Amino acid sequence: MELTTFWFVLIAFLWIGYFVLEGFDFGVGMLAPALAGNEAERKQVLGTIGPVWDGNEVWLITAVGAMFAAFPAWYAGLLSEFYLPITLILVGLIVRGVGLEWRGKVQHASDRVWCDLGVLVGSALPAFLWGAVFADLLRNSAVAALVGGALSLSLCVLHGAVFVALKTSGPVRSRARHAAMIAAAVALPTAVVALPNIPVTDAVAAGWSAAPWLWAGALASMAALAAGIALTWRGRDGWAFAATASSIALGGAALFGALWPAPLPGLTVAEAASGPYTLGMLTWIGLIALPFVLGYQAWSYWVFRKRLVAEVS
Amino acid sequence: MDALDLARWQFGVTTVYHFLFVPLTIGLGVFVAGLQTAWHRTGKEHYLRLTKFFGKIFLINFAMGVVTGIVQEFQFGMNWSEYSIFVGDVFGAPLALEALLAFFLESTFIGLWIFGWDKLPKRIHLATIWIAVIGSTVSAYFILAANAWMKHPVGYEVIDGKARMTDLWAVLTNSAALAQVPHVVGAAFVVGGGFVLAICGYQVLKERRAATARRNTPSVWRTPIRAALAMTAIAGAVVAVSGDMSAKLLYEQQPMKLAAAEGLTHDTAGAAFSPVPGVEIPKLLSFLSTNDPNAVVQGTADIQTRFTEQFGPADYLPNLPVVFWSFRVMIVFGMATVGLSVLGLWLTRRRRGGGRPQQELPTWFARAALLALPLPTIAMISGWLLSEIGRQPWTVQGELLTAASVSPGVSLTEVAISLAVFTLVYGVFAVAEAVLIIRHVKAGPQPAAPAVPLIPPSRDDQTADVRLQPTLMY
Repeated sequence: MELTTFWFVLIAFLWIGYFVLEGFDFGVGMLAPALAGNEAERKQVLGTIGPVWDGNEVWLITAVGAMFAAFPAWYAGLLSEFYLPITLILVGLIVRGVGLEWRGKVQHASDRVWCDLGVLVGSALPAFLWGAVFADLLRNSAVAALVGGALSLSLCVLHGAVFVALKTSGPVRSRARHAAMIAAAVALPTAVVALPNIPVTDAVAAGWSAAPWLWAGALASMAALAAGIALTWRGRDGWAFAATASSIALGGAALFGALWPAPLPGLTVAEAASGPYTLGMLTWIGLIALPFVLGYQAWSYWVFRKRLVAEVS
Repeated sequence: MDALDLARWQFGVTTVYHFLFVPLTIGLGVFVAGLQTAWHRTGKEHYLRLTKFFGKIFLINFAMGVVTGIVQEFQFGMNWSEYSIFVGDVFGAPLALEALLAFFLESTFIGLWIFGWDKLPKRIHLATIWIAVIGSTVSAYFILAANAWMKHPVGYEVIDGKARMTDLWAVLTNSAALAQVPHVVGAAFVVGGGFVLAICGYQVLKERRAATARRNTPSVWRTPIRAALAMTAIAGAVVAVSGDMSAKLLYEQQPMKLAAAEGLTHDTAGAAFSPVPGVEIPKLLSFLSTNDPNAVVQGTADIQTRFTEQFGPADYLPNLPVVFWSFRVMIVFGMATVGLSVLGLWLTRRRRGGGRPQQELPTWFARAALLALPLPTIAMISGWLLSEIGRQPWTVQGELLTAASVSPGVSLTEVAISLAVFTLVYGVFAVAEAVLIIRHVKAGPQPAAPAVPLIPPSRDDQTADVRLQPTLMY
């Protein structure tokens, strides 16, 4: 495989990892007020992502850093082209991160309300805007941006609800499964509208004949979504989470497949790429370091594998 | 006022703001890790209380460092797309490595530390804070290597209007980086040490106001004071030595910055050093720059003439008064902090006056210690102003002008909106963080929680908080 192809795939992998991992973080952040009836339950809900959300967010930092290093023109073009949405995404990530970290450190319940509001808004903004940005990139229309945003927002809520169901017990868990069903009622029809539109790539990349694969990816994503809903209905939390994660990953794969070989209109990966020396050096360092990163991040999920109960109830 | 000016303001505002939190993350992080190590090795309960007391301040600050850092990585592409395209091949590499090798470590292990108090074996839990702190320091190295490349580009060639990396090792061992890393990381320890010192000073004053009779009881603050004083003094020495190295590199690599910092207009042999206008120490500048008292130091006006010949007509002068004064503020405030710490070490030394085992901290010094919070922070911000405004009008010294770096497709309105939004959000959070830290410091360290709560837990939320506090959990 050519180095530019390899780096495109690696960056797609990092973005997809980010969507899957922070997807449920966003969902949990948006659902916390709805799923929790009191402070102990809010701690329980947010505690499911407390130890891991920051590490999940680094997938984004690494994806963007890798774009900067491997495809500077893609990095610069994407971020300056979508200037205001990216600004709002950053504001969302700021208020959300601070809200999550500070809500356990403020003294008064009234201050904690502000933190929870920050978590809610700061989760909803990026969850919607990432979908809108990529849909607009693909289809260049406001309607597409709205549909894409609605899809990523509802998928995050569903994915987060399934995650809470998997990681908690007691009344919060049953509320989470209920919330998952409501989110699914939005996510599934939105997916049916949005995902089949991914493969129409002739405007983006003439001569790229991967449309069958993109169709397969989009259909598999919808199938996984449907399976996730069915499994949640049947109370198989672990498998349901695997299914919603797969759905996001497959949809992301179709998205990046559609962005190949021109991740921005009029810019191919070959034109955007850094030189072979830089890509070669980064490949070696990346291949050595990535297994360790994946290993210790997986270990941290293992350490916090137990279901959480509401501390005082 | 055009988009370029606002983009520069935005970079300045967001970067200076980000760097209010970074040094505390590094310096205070090591301090907290040290306290926990002391608790682990001695089993003394007050070390645990101090670990949790300073640990909570560390975490309040850590959150701000993380979220403001995200903006940093994005804004090169947002506001400086021409710069990003020109440098990405070289400059992007340390940023990608920073994320992969440092940020993952930092974020994953800080999560394990916060939530792992009763889930991990004690020894492993101690390791998590050290690994997180190492991650922070490694990230400082990579970003400073990237920053040093802007001032002294190495290991690259320009092909088709883009910098192409030819030697990663040269980029990572850039002489400018090797001088800058100890200077900035050392300064982070001075800021961290000063911060601890100021908090301890406040607590000692509070203690003495509360109980004048018990003046001779051993204070829980003695150890952190001594440790913070030592940390500040040692780090101060590192900052001074590496600062001298940096000055000598400026002479070769960025003569304009050196001349601007000194207010030297014309090329001068045996140049004098002027700490404040009106006072001149003969030949000192030449000596400090080259170790030769008679060496010629270039002046701003003469460099302007030479740059015009070399690069074409343009204004190659940075903002001279800002560079001149920020240099002086950096040195005076930095040295004052280090002087304070050396004085403190002398005052608290053992066996002073008739064999008393430990000399008590004088109250006047506890008051003076409060200055150890603002002084090094101001010194550090001044240092960054000197370093980055002194680099102007270049983004990459000798290769790319700032005016040619800005995003061509981003409008004045867009930059104005994002600048306003970030300034507003950052302003609100600055006040909130200050209030949060002040409240926490005023409350003082909490007594270590008993293993089993004495009162049966009630439904009241406040009780739940108290019980959860010791684990630093949500």
